Amino acid sequence: MKNTCLCDSTSKLIQFTNCSLLRDGKIIREDLWVRDGKIVDPEKVFFDEKVSSDGRIDCKGALISPGFIELQINGGFGVDFSFNTKEVEKGIQIVAHGLLAHGVTAFCPTIVTSPRDVYHSILPVLKKMPGSKDGAAVLGIHLEGPFINPAKKGAHPENLICSLQEGMKTLLDMYGSLSDVSIVTVAPEIDKALDVIEELVESGITVSLGHSMANLQQGEEAVKKGATLITHLFNAMLPFHHRDPGLVGLLASDVVPAKGTIYYGIISDGVHTHPSALRIAHRTNPEGLVLVTDAISALGLEEGTHQLGQASIEIRNSRAYIAGTDTLCGSIANMIECVQFFHKASGCSVEKALEAATLHPAKVLGIENIKGTLNYGADADFILLGEDFDLWSTWISGQHVYQAEGKPQVRIIKVPEDIKPVM
Amino acid sequence: MRLVILETSDKVSEWAAKYVLKRINDFKPGPDRYFVLGLPTGGTPLGMYKKLIEYHNEGKISFKYVKTFNMDEYVGLPREHPESYHYYMWNNFFKHIDIDPANAHILDGNASNLQQECDEFEKKIQEAGGVELFVGGIGPDGHIAFNEPGSSLVSRTRVKTLAQDTLEANARFFGNDINKVPKQALTVGVGTVMDAKEVMILITGAHKAFALYKAIEEGVNHMWTVSAFQQHQHTIMICDEDATLELRVKTVKYFKNLWSVHSQLIDTQMIEEEN
Repeated sequence: MKNTCLCDSTSKLIQFTNCSLLRDGKIIREDLWVRDGKIVDPEKVFFDEKVSSDGRIDCKGALISPGFIELQINGGFGVDFSFNTKEVEKGIQIVAHGLLAHGVTAFCPTIVTSPRDVYHSILPVLKKMPGSKDGAAVLGIHLEGPFINPAKKGAHPENLICSLQEGMKTLLDMYGSLSDVSIVTVAPEIDKALDVIEELVESGITVSLGHSMANLQQGEEAVKKGATLITHLFNAMLPFHHRDPGLVGLLASDVVPAKGTIYYGIISDGVHTHPSALRIAHRTNPEGLVLVTDAISALGLEEGTHQLGQASIEIRNSRAYIAGTDTLCGSIANMIECVQFFHKASGCSVEKALEAATLHPAKVLGIENIKGTLNYGADADFILLGEDFDLWSTWISGQHVYQAEGKPQVRIIKVPEDIKPVM
Repeated sequence: MRLVILETSDKVSEWAAKYVLKRINDFKPGPDRYFVLGLPTGGTPLGMYKKLIEYHNEGKISFKYVKTFNMDEYVGLPREHPESYHYYMWNNFFKHIDIDPANAHILDGNASNLQQECDEFEKKIQEAGGVELFVGGIGPDGHIAFNEPGSSLVSRTRVKTLAQDTLEANARFFGNDINKVPKQALTVGVGTVMDAKEVMILITGAHKAFALYKAIEEGVNHMWTVSAFQQHQHTIMICDEDATLELRVKTVKYFKNLWSVHSQLIDTQMIEEEN
């Protein structure tokens, strides 16, 4: 890894050159300057500090994008966050590290509907964590259930789905601690849900609506209480109906603009959401679109049969089936594939496709000043891409943390000595 | 005085860039021998900067041992404002070349004591050994830097209030709102530029034709401050055909006939052979 040596000393001012980058919604030909793990404004450095860069890195014409941010992922690389109650830290390490190869630099590990004791054993150990060479940053847990509608349980175990009998008290008793929780998915129509939404939002947690039979009005009530996200749009909710458009109708609700846009996670793996449905969502509300993989533990595994906990899963043609059957058992598309598919299916620009996996999820969590952007002062978490979102390398805090095999490597340029005139 | 007449403004940019390139390389700058260059902003020199960046990328020129001094800057305009001359110089030139940031000098229009800032600027020029080559442009009213009509022809770096004409002309850069145009600027004086060993002035476009006529065919006049350079030993004006529209045929013919002399000024081949 000799290419990283310039960055090993983090206080050095490093100039990434021969690249374009995504900034303010546009791809521009510009160098990226990094110091102390943050993106810096080179003009300020030039005029205020009057110093040049300590090192320059040739990016071979790469497109630099902020690293992907994943808000809904159940596991990967053989690890399932909800069932891996014994070695939580080890499991998170494996996934965090594996995600670097998918261009993901930060994520929210997602726990599906589980028994109370599972929450009590996992949540205290599943801490928020900065990114490093060991893996992507953990931005906090996404708790998907158990306060959802059994009629839209999806793959969640029905016997574990709960009501909110005593509101927040029930929720706190179920989860134990909320200190490292970033997102909670609830069904807004269940009793006391609106009060709970309000309290969660007040304590800084993003509330997402999903696994729900809610009509539009119930969805709008939840938005008025502060809910800002919809969990895997179209999946596990009422289908769009023109007299009651349900949660899908929130994308064009006239209640929403008062508080900004409504965000919605969408699985663009070509399986869980039809390309046409993807386009309908995108054209209705492009600024709210957040790409999620909703990947299961088989993400990142080779083709073939794998024993994952109780289940035997077979990966065939990049899809996960229950072994020996044709029953799909979850998403295993990685974030790069989701971005590629979304770009192709929606016909949106490269900029917009990248923002749906970077800026938008950052905005959901209210961290768009430090993540999901290459603006000055933000964390230097970024990826180098070739044509068609081909991942070359992943960088966290300005450090080279992943190099794709066989893809262009950056090159350190020595600051040239006297350039001799050749005329 | 030399007047080089070229067909188009692009040719003016290229010629100017080649001249700067040759002057710097002939100077053979080094750690103990810095080339001091005065620089303008605005639309006219943009093409020259583009060419210089090209030459730099081709390895034909280094700015490692060059010190630069910019002519002017607005007062009170935030440095990151797209119309500030800091912004212009960074984005159009400095970020593309290998100049040491410590050697790039631009007046600070947000300094707490503006006159002190100006005095220090003059001092820094002196300490650098004076300007070897000052490159400038002019306004349609014949102003050089922000030395508006009526400026003293022996003026030094100072705060200058902008003329109504200039405010109106610049409003287009500030959302067509004249109230947003800074009313004052810091600028080198006519005398400051006169002290340079050599001055190169770029003039392009029909709208500058009258100013060029005033600059070279009429007498020295503080209402057309660029005319002061008639009294400078080494002034070279570079213009396009459009800018000659107000000149006498005789003047134009005279300078065009000097073409072979002028082309030697940038012809490195010939010089090297002579050496």
